[in-house]
Amino acid sequence: MERNREPGRSVAAALVAARASQTHAPRQPLASTRDHNARTPNNPTQQPTANSRHMTSAIELRHISHAFGGGAVSVLEDVTVTAEPGQFVSLVGPSGCGKSTLLRVLAGLLVPSAGDALVDGQDVRGRPGAVAYMPQKDLLFPWRRALANATVGAEIAGQSKHDARERARALFPRFGLAGFERAWPVQLSGGMRQRLALLRTFLVPRDVLLLDEPFGALDAINRREMHRWLQEVWAADQRTVLFVTHDVEEALVLSDAVYVMTARPGRIQARVDVPFPRPRVPSLVTDPAFVALKAQLLTELDRGMPPA
Amino acid sequence: MTPAPGARARPSPLARAGHYAAEYLPPAALLVALVAGWELWVRAFDTKPYVLPAPSRVWDAFLETRGVLPGHIRTTMAESLLGLFFAALIGVGLAVVIALVPFVRRVLYPLLIVSQTIPMIVLAPLLIVWFGFGMTPKVIVVALVGFFPIVVSTVDGLTNADRELVGLVRSMGARRLAVLRYVMLPSALPGFFAGLKIAAAYAVLGAVIGEYMGGSSGLGLFITRAQTSFRVDRVFVAVVVVALASMALFAAVHIAARLATPWIYVSKSEEGTK
Repeated sequence: MERNREPGRSVAAALVAARASQTHAPRQPLASTRDHNARTPNNPTQQPTANSRHMTSAIELRHISHAFGGGAVSVLEDVTVTAEPGQFVSLVGPSGCGKSTLLRVLAGLLVPSAGDALVDGQDVRGRPGAVAYMPQKDLLFPWRRALANATVGAEIAGQSKHDARERARALFPRFGLAGFERAWPVQLSGGMRQRLALLRTFLVPRDVLLLDEPFGALDAINRREMHRWLQEVWAADQRTVLFVTHDVEEALVLSDAVYVMTARPGRIQARVDVPFPRPRVPSLVTDPAFVALKAQLLTELDRGMPPA
Repeated sequence: MTPAPGARARPSPLARAGHYAAEYLPPAALLVALVAGWELWVRAFDTKPYVLPAPSRVWDAFLETRGVLPGHIRTTMAESLLGLFFAALIGVGLAVVIALVPFVRRVLYPLLIVSQTIPMIVLAPLLIVWFGFGMTPKVIVVALVGFFPIVVSTVDGLTNADRELVGLVRSMGARRLAVLRYVMLPSALPGFFAGLKIAAAYAVLGAVIGEYMGGSSGLGLFITRAQTSFRVDRVFVAVVVVALASMALFAAVHIAARLATPWIYVSKSEEGTK
């Protein structure tokens, strides 16, 4: 694959252009988004709840519990997760621990049995539309060509179809989809479908991204390539990301903080801050500090598993 | 990258001709054999033409009526197309309401089924009493026959829309109407066309039944006149014309479906090619 000499540049420019036409107020620069006191709220109409008067986190899940089947099967127990504006936060846990259920709560598609779910200080329980959500399945629209699939979110948000398509077209090469603009989803390989779903999520004009195992269907080599450019793409506009994975290394490479969850019913086993400076180079994974942190996360994961 | 397992080189023209021959030759041969057998039967047993006319006699009758047939065909086709149009319009409208409002579904569905149990032979004369001898009662018969398969298969398509896809567009902020527009209606298109095909196959027949009960033009009227003058050969001409017209309408809907739902016809073997 031919690489740009400044790979971050073109993507950054395209995404910044994409964000400039958003319906939301533009985000604060990175420096101030990290400083809660200096940050101006995105949305002037938000109503701060009693517990969050001193600051507004981008994502705040407080004491979430959930049970399916009328309380018969408990999937989440007292889960509290916070992501500050501009942070990249991962949830790591064994299959079936309720990671995806948490994302569905934040996407407004599932009302939890108990607990609060806030995005930018707004209650999102049963109120979809506050975040850009990428489910685990690629869920492409079979009746839309690749380019039209990429722009669905922007179209639903009321953006001009033409502008959205032009922006998406500019991003196709970076997502490894050049030349496939007019392909139908059935004509794309699994990896391409996944990348197209990711591009679609990025083009949803929201400040918070929820990504549910976006690279689960990719092989290890493709994954590392995707990690590299996801960091670039994310660095371009520093949206808040909540990232679900069961790959500890992936979580560490990408995140500012990692939550480790237990097996079902899912609880938070540990929260680990990831201090490595950005941009993170691929060789980071062999760094002793990285390895030590990985070992710590794996230990926490094991402690969260049911006794054999 | 290795080529996809289903990928093959484009077949040569000769191979394609062979393929078409293999597909269409057997039914054509059967048809020819049946017609030939019919001709032989009539000649061998000297069957009276008012009981069963030979195919050659039917052909002669066709040549005789060549002048008047196009006018009748035009009338019948106009009624069929108009009836199909209203069947589609009412069918899709009802399907959307039924799919979106569970109460309407419970109330309306039994009634829809009852509407299909009324024999058209009984209803058509009544419609003529109510709406006169013009095109209106025929169009109503076609619409009544056609809307039911359209409603049923469109409702199926709407309600079987991928729930996760609905969830996805809702997470993007889509309300009810946007969910309908972005997910449910496109999901229902293949079902709608399946229903429309069934409706198209019966549309011409519906129009003919309507005309049969009274009218001033159309293939139904042509059949009535032929019967009252014991011209069974002309009745057969009309039967063949009705069959051809139905097939033409069906083919037209099929082409429309291909144009409107191209993704259904994309071969999966093209996966990974540009």
